[in-house]
Amino acid sequence: MTMDARESSGSAPAQKATRDMYLPPERKKIADGGTAHISAKEFSVYYGEFEAVKRVSADILSKYVTAIIGPSGCGKSTFLRAINRMNDLIPSCHTTGALLFDGQDIYGKFTDEVLLRKKVGMVFQKPNPFPKSIFDNIAYGPRLHGVNDKKKLMEIVERSLKKAAIWDEVCDRLDKNALGLSGGQQQRLCVARTLAVEPEVLLLDEPTSALDPKATAKIEDLIQELRGSYTIMIVTHNMQQASRVSDSTMFFYEGVLVEHASTAQLFTNPKDPMTEDYITGRFS
Amino acid sequence: MNIGTRKILDRSFTAVGIGSIIVMAVALMIVVVPIITNGIGAVFFTGTVEHRKMLFSEFKRGDSEKLSSEVASSDRYRAKVYGMLTDFEAELETMAPEKKVEYKAKYAEVRAALQALFGPLPGDPEPMLTRFKYGQTRWEKAEEKLHDLLYETKWDNSNPDVMAKEYFVSRAIGFQGTSLVKLFPYVKDNMEKLLLPEFTFYWGFITDSSVDSHFFGGIWPEIQGTFFLAVGAMLFAFPLGVVAAVYFTEYARPGFLNSMLRSANSTLAGVPSIVFGMFGLAFFINTLKVSESKSVIAGALTLAIMILPTIIRAAEEAILAVPKTYREASLSLGSSKWNTIATVILPAALPGIITGGIISLGRAAGETAPIIFTAAVSVGSAIGLADVLTSPTPALSWNIYNLASEHEAAAQIRHVQYGMVLALVSIVLMLNLSAIVLRARISKKLKG
Ligand SMILES: Nc1ncnc2c1ncn2[C@@H]1O[C@H](COP(=O)(O)OP(=O)(O)O)[C@@H](O)[C@H]1O
Ligand SMILES: [Mg+2]
Repeated sequence: MTMDARESSGSAPAQKATRDMYLPPERKKIADGGTAHISAKEFSVYYGEFEAVKRVSADILSKYVTAIIGPSGCGKSTFLRAINRMNDLIPSCHTTGALLFDGQDIYGKFTDEVLLRKKVGMVFQKPNPFPKSIFDNIAYGPRLHGVNDKKKLMEIVERSLKKAAIWDEVCDRLDKNALGLSGGQQQRLCVARTLAVEPEVLLLDEPTSALDPKATAKIEDLIQELRGSYTIMIVTHNMQQASRVSDSTMFFYEGVLVEHASTAQLFTNPKDPMTEDYITGRFS
Repeated sequence: MNIGTRKILDRSFTAVGIGSIIVMAVALMIVVVPIITNGIGAVFFTGTVEHRKMLFSEFKRGDSEKLSSEVASSDRYRAKVYGMLTDFEAELETMAPEKKVEYKAKYAEVRAALQALFGPLPGDPEPMLTRFKYGQTRWEKAEEKLHDLLYETKWDNSNPDVMAKEYFVSRAIGFQGTSLVKLFPYVKDNMEKLLLPEFTFYWGFITDSSVDSHFFGGIWPEIQGTFFLAVGAMLFAFPLGVVAAVYFTEYARPGFLNSMLRSANSTLAGVPSIVFGMFGLAFFINTLKVSESKSVIAGALTLAIMILPTIIRAAEEAILAVPKTYREASLSLGSSKWNTIATVILPAALPGIITGGIISLGRAAGETAPIIFTAAVSVGSAIGLADVLTSPTPALSWNIYNLASEHEAAAQIRHVQYGMVLALVSIVLMLNLSAIVLRARISKKLKG
């Protein structure tokens, strides 16, 4: 895929060809040319003095699923949260270098972080529905952005819940409190809530780590459904998950982006010995 | 540690815990039981015909036909008493001068005791104070007054090392040999016919104004005043407190000014309430001149300042207890900070904020010191809502204090005081109960 081309890693594995065959046309174009939706240039994130993400340079391609892997505390969440400026909540946190979204600096002086977050949605590790009804959870974002017509809201709610593959399970109890759902359902509800705002980018920070295997499978299916429609970034601890759902993978170690390549290549033919050690489970 | 020791330790901790709970329960009982039993006595009691007379002429309440037949019946028995008095007065005139002086003094005491029992005697001038227009309205008081009629109270000062001891001397003995001696057994034996005691449910104690400084009537002006003051204080303090808490938790940058403000707030929470009272007088009345003198508004503002720190603290804690994930979820959907606070944080913090508010409401209802100089008067009629800006009001807390310490006839109207205490305790209790119910409801709604 693109990464291969750019990093000129020589012969592509056979697997890659078969995968590309199933890519939708617009993604094929990207796979061939590739437009960076988000790109980091010498981008660092600090907590006070501590540099949690170190001079990362990378391009996240539009409509790709990008997995971020690496041991605990290596800065995966920090990098992800930098993209929609959730780190703003931490007073000590600041950044250097550039992080561009659609060519615009996310940390630029004139960037409206509220507008940015509307375009860059996020789903968190622990499902976090509001203590409101299912309907109100989904309608929260649209209402915020000015949709107040009941019929229109209903349409959005239904569409979002269907996209998140949870409509059938909740369509008869939209007025019930969302906290009454199971963990897996809550997480899909959170995805639906994010989709209702119609973001361009979906950030998923270990979305399945709090879920049982069955719910995990559902979330993975969901990501498969959504791939091609959104630029998706998913942090995961689970190597199988990364290889199952993603097109390209970033490996972080102690804040440094060690390797960024197509998923197929990174898992079958890693260039960096550290990546190899990690994916073969020699450390974690 | 081996299992044996651990078990013993566990058990002794349990025992200590249960023990302290029992001690607290007993202490609560010791306080609450007399309040309830005495306080209920203000509403349920054995009333005499005098009570019914009073109700009829002061409050236009009661069945006039029944009352006049009762009055007629009791007057028949009283007429005999009054006849004895006339006889004795005639007898007095025939006595030797020094004997006459001696008996006259004793006779005056008897007359006074009878006045207390039955109201003005025939030939007495119409009393100025309402309290002297009627005899004893409550049966247990009537029995006390009967004792005063039958016995003279004397003090034994013979041993200077101990406190003087009270003892009683029968008045009948003092009148031995005169015509008046018959009066004592007659009154004693015919008490019920003279006063017609009857079980009374006086709901007017809650809804009536008082007559003659709480001698008769009810405590409605006090209840209403307490309500106005407490609710008024909340109207000022609650919005202000919540806004301040939002500022402290969400907007204030950590720093010198912020920590100063916070410690000022904590200090304010510990300031004695009398200081707030003086402050209210000096600031709201003398400086800001919110009213010419005491008024409900000045009292409410003073109480508001007093409860503000508590409300701020409770709201701050409630806001801080809202899971961080709600905030993240809202912000990640493109909500502004203010919108997140208004639509997610505050609703989730509402149970805690409301609890703090209602506990403060209870405190505002119960405090005495802040309203002494700013709002409270001891006797007054219920004020209208339109008067809150200009007129002071009676209030339960202040009137309890007043009846206990300053009222000229405190001992005779203890039941009113207990009734006020019970009313105040009930009001505060009801506020707290409603807080619990409200909190439970909202929490349930939030938890789904
Ligand atoms: N709020 C914070 N303040 C200070 N240090 C933090 C904070 N959050 C994370 N860190 C540190 O930054 C590093 C990266 O954290 P994080 O991005 O959460 O790692 P990961 O998601 O890969 O497990 C860790 O060393 C962590 O201790
Ligand atoms: Mg993480």
